[in-house]
Amino acid sequence: MSKKLLSTVFSLSLVAFTSGTVLSSAALADEAADIAKGTEIAEEWDRRDWGFGDTESYMEMQLENRHGDKSIREMRQKTLEVPGHDVGDKSLTIFDKPRDVKGTAFLSFAKIFDPDDQWMYLPAVKRVKRISSKNKSGPFLGSEFAYEDLSAQELKKYTYKWLRDEPCGELQCAVVEQTPTYENSGYTKMITWYDLSEYRQQKIDYYDRKGKLLKTLVSSDFKQHLDKYWRPYNMYMENHQTGKKTRLVFSKIEFQKGLKDSELTKNTLKRVR
Amino acid sequence: MSNFMDRLSVSYAKGIIRWRWLVLLVTILATLGVASGGRFLSFTSDYRVFFGDDNPQLNAFESLQDIYTKTDNILFVLKPNNGKIFTPQWLEVVQDLTEESWQIPYSIRVDSITNFQHTEAVEDDLTVADLVEETGGLSQAGLDRIEQIALSEPALAKRIISEDSTTTGVQITLQLPPDDAIALDEAVKFAENMAATIEATNPELEVAITGLAPLSNAFPAASMADMSTLTPLMFLVIIIFLIAFLRSFTGTLGTLLVTIFSTMVAMGAAGYAGIKMTPPSAMAPTIILTIAIADCVHILVTMFHEMRHGKAKRDAIVESLRVNMQPVFLTSLTTVIGFLSLNFSEAPPFHDLGNIAAIGVIAAWIISIAFLPAFIAVMPVRVKPVETGKSSMMERLGEFVIGHRTKLLLGMGLIVVGTSSFISRIELDDRFIEYFDTTVPFRVDSDFTRDNLTGVYQVEFSINAEESGGVSSPVYLAHLEDFANWLRAKPEVVHVNSITDILKRLNKSMHGDDDSWYKLPDERDLAAQYLLLYEMSLPYGLDLNSQINIDKSASRMTVTLDNVSSNDMRDIALESSQWLQDNAPGYMGADGSGAAVMFAHLADRNIKSMLSGTALAFVLISLSLVFALRSLKLGLISLIPNMVPAIMAFGVWGLFVGQVGLAVSVIAATSLGLIVDATVHFLSKYNRARTERGESSADAVRYGFRTVGSALWITTAVLVAGFAILSLSTFAVNADMGLLTAITIAIALFIDFLLLPPLLMLFDREKATATSTAPAAPAE
Repeated sequence: MSKKLLSTVFSLSLVAFTSGTVLSSAALADEAADIAKGTEIAEEWDRRDWGFGDTESYMEMQLENRHGDKSIREMRQKTLEVPGHDVGDKSLTIFDKPRDVKGTAFLSFAKIFDPDDQWMYLPAVKRVKRISSKNKSGPFLGSEFAYEDLSAQELKKYTYKWLRDEPCGELQCAVVEQTPTYENSGYTKMITWYDLSEYRQQKIDYYDRKGKLLKTLVSSDFKQHLDKYWRPYNMYMENHQTGKKTRLVFSKIEFQKGLKDSELTKNTLKRVR
Repeated sequence: MSNFMDRLSVSYAKGIIRWRWLVLLVTILATLGVASGGRFLSFTSDYRVFFGDDNPQLNAFESLQDIYTKTDNILFVLKPNNGKIFTPQWLEVVQDLTEESWQIPYSIRVDSITNFQHTEAVEDDLTVADLVEETGGLSQAGLDRIEQIALSEPALAKRIISEDSTTTGVQITLQLPPDDAIALDEAVKFAENMAATIEATNPELEVAITGLAPLSNAFPAASMADMSTLTPLMFLVIIIFLIAFLRSFTGTLGTLLVTIFSTMVAMGAAGYAGIKMTPPSAMAPTIILTIAIADCVHILVTMFHEMRHGKAKRDAIVESLRVNMQPVFLTSLTTVIGFLSLNFSEAPPFHDLGNIAAIGVIAAWIISIAFLPAFIAVMPVRVKPVETGKSSMMERLGEFVIGHRTKLLLGMGLIVVGTSSFISRIELDDRFIEYFDTTVPFRVDSDFTRDNLTGVYQVEFSINAEESGGVSSPVYLAHLEDFANWLRAKPEVVHVNSITDILKRLNKSMHGDDDSWYKLPDERDLAAQYLLLYEMSLPYGLDLNSQINIDKSASRMTVTLDNVSSNDMRDIALESSQWLQDNAPGYMGADGSGAAVMFAHLADRNIKSMLSGTALAFVLISLSLVFALRSLKLGLISLIPNMVPAIMAFGVWGLFVGQVGLAVSVIAATSLGLIVDATVHFLSKYNRARTERGESSADAVRYGFRTVGSALWITTAVLVAGFAILSLSTFAVNADMGLLTAITIAIALFIDFLLLPPLLMLFDREKATATSTAPAAPAE
């Protein structure tokens, strides 16, 4: 009698135990599936941008404070794709406006985990300075964009987790949580909306070091180049905490103009126009 | 006319007694109904509430804050018990604190010696990095180097690091939602917990917290402290007074209920009106408690007097209401006028105080002529048949005054003139840190900061350049530099933060850290490119917008002052504007602003705005006296005892204290409404004796002393005690106001007893006519 009772208790607890394990492992499996799905989406996004070669873009940066005061800067950016997942792209930014910084050029070799290599050419002193700085999370040109928002988005910079699918405007989007893997990021996480038709980043919410929503980037006016590469011609970043806004408007983006690696060196920086 | 009013009062009193239960029920229900608005009461936590929407200093400061990064801040101040801060141990604490400060809710920027962006040139490399990176492996040479850099950096020395290297600060800039007490409290509490944790793990380190956010947060704390300690204390004092003077349980209980109901009604109405409590308006409950007593005391004293002389309770109630209806109404009216005149004040918290107190006074009047007699009618009342010594003492005082009227007139005249002459010694000073007394942690920490690190008062300038990008112009920068140097030469100036220091440092770094290049770049393009370079190299949370506006057409200069008086602050702000006007291009003209400047102007502006309010209150109150007493002559005589006490109180203050701030501006108006009460009671009795009884002025004075003398003692004692309790407030504006009002009321009684009667006997000598047509249109 007591034996029977014992065994019943035992088998009952066994059932309880295994079902508990099954439950938690199911949750784990879900989590793993979400991570896999998120990573897949990001990989697809990354894959669709492979082989763009090089671009040259003309942009206007419009800064606005919470009071509504505005300021405009103009610049060009040449970007050279560096193949492989472990290194970032190289880019050269040349400032055209305001007039007193015209001709100032900024060369950056993006790194994934280390600080970027950066050089700046100041035409007023005709000197090139290498800048050593941990400014990845710092503001780009006093705007609401940080370097890390603008520099080429390498796949390995983040871990991904799919959250849900939901409509975004007229499209259907996958919502993916991205967590920076590199040091000195200004963010604890980003929530990115990828549209499921072309895997473009339609919208990104950035969360600050306190885990509070810091800013939102909305990209629009997407145009396709070479029948493959999509680029937004309008990027609008709004800082929810300070009320400051920055809009990047591209007037022209040209692909595969034959930019060579040798054109993007410290020594050629002086000669750029 | 007078008989008609008496008859009306008598039938009113009889009605109250007849419908006593209904009256009790209705007053209680009405009170509870209004009091339920109390649930909407909340405390404001924004120091800006002291400034009206059209305050020019507030607007200047707001527009400055629109252009640059906000200035709401928390400053941690760290000081080891002994030795310098430049040790691996302390630098690590500072570094950790800098890092953790990003977790403070609403923080948008953190500045400290460790994350200061130091630029350094090595050949063609420009390193822009945290001044302190790794604390673990720092050698003595490394520590010395960091110390030397920090102390020679104008942006840090005497702002973030003390000259003797023993104290350092970690500055957190906050972006708070406007006037959100919960958000503010959250941020400040978070910082306080961090400070407590650091002190717990590092017992030999002292950590203080100051800044505009803790300042703002200290206001609701002060309001709540006043309401939770002073109001109960006032209750206690009231109970003691009532028991001592009335010697009647029912009378004491009835009075207490009247005062409580009045306060509940006022606070409930404030809740419905959506008023947010500030330290000044938090005085309202205590003030209402105090004032509500006066009405009851007058009604009860007369009633008990009648009962002692053999009248039945209900007859005594009727007689008391007949005699007191008019003076009680009149004193309430004058008090309401006095408080309502606070709406002329520059500082909105005083509007709230005035309006809440006015509602409370009106409620007290209604409740004491309706609820109180009904309550007395249903409760048992016993009085000792024997008269106490009080009255005969008052009669002796009356005889003394009548006997020595000429000497008193001269003596009192001399005292009035003599005391008033000390008004010139009053100095206006509104240092907002000193609004809080030394029991308030914010004050202690701010004093600690001032003694060890840097000043706590700042004057800010937004200085325009000629055009967009113009901050890089050599002309602009040169004048900015001259201005900064001129300011730094002033003994009151502790620190000046200017973009010229950044540009000089960059120029030096771009020239291989050669000290001879520590000067302003002499070309506009060069300066602009330096700024661009610097802007491009800043890390998370740091940007130039704290000092330069977005299109680079203006820059901010922040001047930190030592513990100077608000007069000196105003002077420095004015001299600075003048300097810019005289020495810089016209477009660079700027006025100083900031919290310190706003408070520095507040008392001055408030006095000016209250002048008209006080004058109007004075005219209205005097007119109501003339009308009520139906005598222009008595009205004119009453001007003296109504005006003199406040003037003398200022003189007494000038003699013994000297400094006063915001409080001074509202005293005359609010105390006027209160001190008039004693005059009204005395004059109305005097007038009754002259007109009803046809007595001579000396006999009428005797009658006045006999009938209201002791009631005036009691009410004055209660009022003085009530306002004296306010002087215990930790908030200086309240404490000053309480003490000044207490002094004024005490002086008023002194004047009413010793100066008013001789004046009456001097100017009101002609034989009175016993008819009711007293001089309505006097011949004089």
